[in-house]
Amino acid sequence: MTTIDPRFELAQRLGLAEVPAPQFADAAEVITRLREQDYLSSPEIASATFLADRLAKPVLVEGPAGTGKTALAQAVARATGAELIRLQCYEGLDESKALYEWNYRKQLLRIQAGRESGDAATWAALEDDIFAEDFLLPRPLLEAIRATHPVVLLIDEVDRVELETEALLLEILSEYQVSIPELGTVRATQIPMVFLTSNATRELSEALKRRCLYLHIGYPDVERERDIILSRVPGVTTALAEQIARVVRSLRDLDLKKHPSVSETLDWARTLVILGQSDIGDEEAAATLHILLKYQSDIETAQKELFGRRSS
Amino acid sequence: MNEILSDFIGELRAAGLPVSMTEHVDAARAATMIDLVDRETLRAALSATLVKDHDHRPVFDSAFEVFFARRAVGAAASDDPATDEVDPGETTRPPRGGAGAQGQGGRSGRGGSGSMSSVSPEQLQEMLWNAMMNGSPDDLREVAQHAVELYADIEPGRRVGGTYYLYRTLRNLDVEGLRQKLAAASAGSTPDAAWAQRAAQVDVEVKVRELQAAIEKEIRERLVADRGAQSLAKSVRKPLPEDIDVMHATRDEMLQLEKALRPLARKLATRLARRRRRRRRGPVDLRHTVRRSLSTGGVPIDLRFKPPHPAKPEIIVIADISGSVASFARFTLHMVYAIASQFSKVRSFVFIDGLDEVTRLFDESDDPGEAVARINAEADVIAFDGHSDYGRALTDFVKRFGRDINRRSVVIILGDARNNYHQAHPETVRFLKEKARAVYWLNPEPTTYWNSGDSVIAQYAPYLTKIVECRSLRQLEAFVGDLA
Repeated sequence: MTTIDPRFELAQRLGLAEVPAPQFADAAEVITRLREQDYLSSPEIASATFLADRLAKPVLVEGPAGTGKTALAQAVARATGAELIRLQCYEGLDESKALYEWNYRKQLLRIQAGRESGDAATWAALEDDIFAEDFLLPRPLLEAIRATHPVVLLIDEVDRVELETEALLLEILSEYQVSIPELGTVRATQIPMVFLTSNATRELSEALKRRCLYLHIGYPDVERERDIILSRVPGVTTALAEQIARVVRSLRDLDLKKHPSVSETLDWARTLVILGQSDIGDEEAAATLHILLKYQSDIETAQKELFGRRSS
Repeated sequence: MNEILSDFIGELRAAGLPVSMTEHVDAARAATMIDLVDRETLRAALSATLVKDHDHRPVFDSAFEVFFARRAVGAAASDDPATDEVDPGETTRPPRGGAGAQGQGGRSGRGGSGSMSSVSPEQLQEMLWNAMMNGSPDDLREVAQHAVELYADIEPGRRVGGTYYLYRTLRNLDVEGLRQKLAAASAGSTPDAAWAQRAAQVDVEVKVRELQAAIEKEIRERLVADRGAQSLAKSVRKPLPEDIDVMHATRDEMLQLEKALRPLARKLATRLARRRRRRRRGPVDLRHTVRRSLSTGGVPIDLRFKPPHPAKPEIIVIADISGSVASFARFTLHMVYAIASQFSKVRSFVFIDGLDEVTRLFDESDDPGEAVARINAEADVIAFDGHSDYGRALTDFVKRFGRDINRRSVVIILGDARNNYHQAHPETVRFLKEKARAVYWLNPEPTTYWNSGDSVIAQYAPYLTKIVECRSLRQLEAFVGDLA
């Protein structure tokens, strides 16, 4: 089957003079280059990132909190030397905060200035004038589209916006363009990499999912977690990192309300290093457990199951 | 490749995954950009383009195992795929012949008759032990090949999914014994710390799980060789968790259901809370609006609204928890309590032939799952012989709690209405209907079974607001969502 290169296709649609070169040659290169940024990716993560680049498609990253979804976008931005533009989503986010807004104060000033200087511009001319790019306040999405240098766009916690607001994203995600009624369509001048993260607190719409590649980042296995600890926590020994990873794995095996995330593991590792531990003993571990677990009932369960203590 | 991919996507769709045309195209394009020999890369690429919901992953994985079982390796070790196809009776040849043979010289003895293996059970145990202790994936795979050859006793042409073969192989391998041996071996080298002991236990579990997966894969590959991917895919097809029939779920499916329930309930709660917040405005307050309009010359520019009336219903759940429908009742109670904040009050009753209120169990615990687990032990529901008696239980309910029902109550009765030929006493439901806002009946049986045998749902039907067929989490979620 003859498939047209998706990047080529997109570049044509955007009217770019030349097809921007892809960032990565293969998935293995993703792994190495992210490792240089202290981000240890699993083969799945690398594949998804590689394909996102090649297929010129956004990636929807889901998974439990604190497993490195946001960090992935940051690492990719650093690795490719791109600017990271971040849109933090929240309930009530709207067009004027996500896409663009007209700078109406400046528009008013312009009208007043015109009146005072007495140059009797016709309304039509004035309208043309005040709805020009000068009076446009770009918000993250438009900013990412208009950028002339490479950017990575991170749309964080997209599950927090309402279903209706989600629709705002669709044009950008599939066409890499923003339509502004008064101004026309702004098309991307390069192909930005786009990451969306979600904690799956609600079902995202089919339309959004269809436009994205999908990546689920779960908890890492013992080896990868150990390596993550080693690369992110200064002063930790391999033996200690291994022990930490194993304790955390056992914790995730328990039936808890909230399992420890990778970022909590790192916090715990840092604590143990500061406390000068070279081995994990039951006493010290049980005493610092509140760094890993955030519910009292979870802490009690863990103390009972893992450290052989009855909760007093 | 494109043809396999189309078949594969057909299978995914048949299993209930929504795969669109665009996604198909993406997958095909992705396949041109990666190294097809590496199965895991292919898996990652296909899952990224085709599966957009993590809950769908098991379905994808099992289909992937079937469709891409041999072909990927078959390209590398294509010594005799023809033999497998032509003469499926000879099951001894492992599909991954090349790789396996290099590993062990002993493979050459292919055995003329049926399922003679090249290794003895004792040798196999030794290999297994070594693979477990310093397990490289290759060793494990080899053990799996031998074990399946020796024990699974695969009958060619039978339309099965292979679960039984897996069971047989594992039993003969004495996995229980292996588990104990592994635990004993690690006990010596583990430090005393309690956490380390625990971690060692988890290690053993992980290893056993790996072994199981390796054997499962081996069996599947042989079955694919025997019957072809599409036919096997049909046998191993798994329903999505939310589509599993609660009444006939296997133990495995039950676990899946339990796992799916919690996030589903959480999502439902978020959705409902959001909906309520958005609808916070009540109807237009005409008096207030007119008064305001005086300042604008009588033109009602500024609309005023009445404060919202949170018409939160009071929910009363009456659930049959006898054997046949117990799990259904558990799921429903869990779901209702997960969104309890959307109701002004929830009370729950369970019965078999006697009735008991269990509201207190839910009040005492902040985790509905935990409370549901305690019901069986703590509710007093057997008054007579331990067979469901709807008439008796409902009469009892009306007598003891009938006066608590008012226009704000919504009564939900859960059960299959299989009354064991006792008296139905439909007048009790009529009484409830007259006093309550609504009376719903959730029946976990398919509509076609209603009123067959000892099912007496028709006798209650005239007095019910609605009878809802509720066989899967999806249907349950839809019902509970409409309630709030």
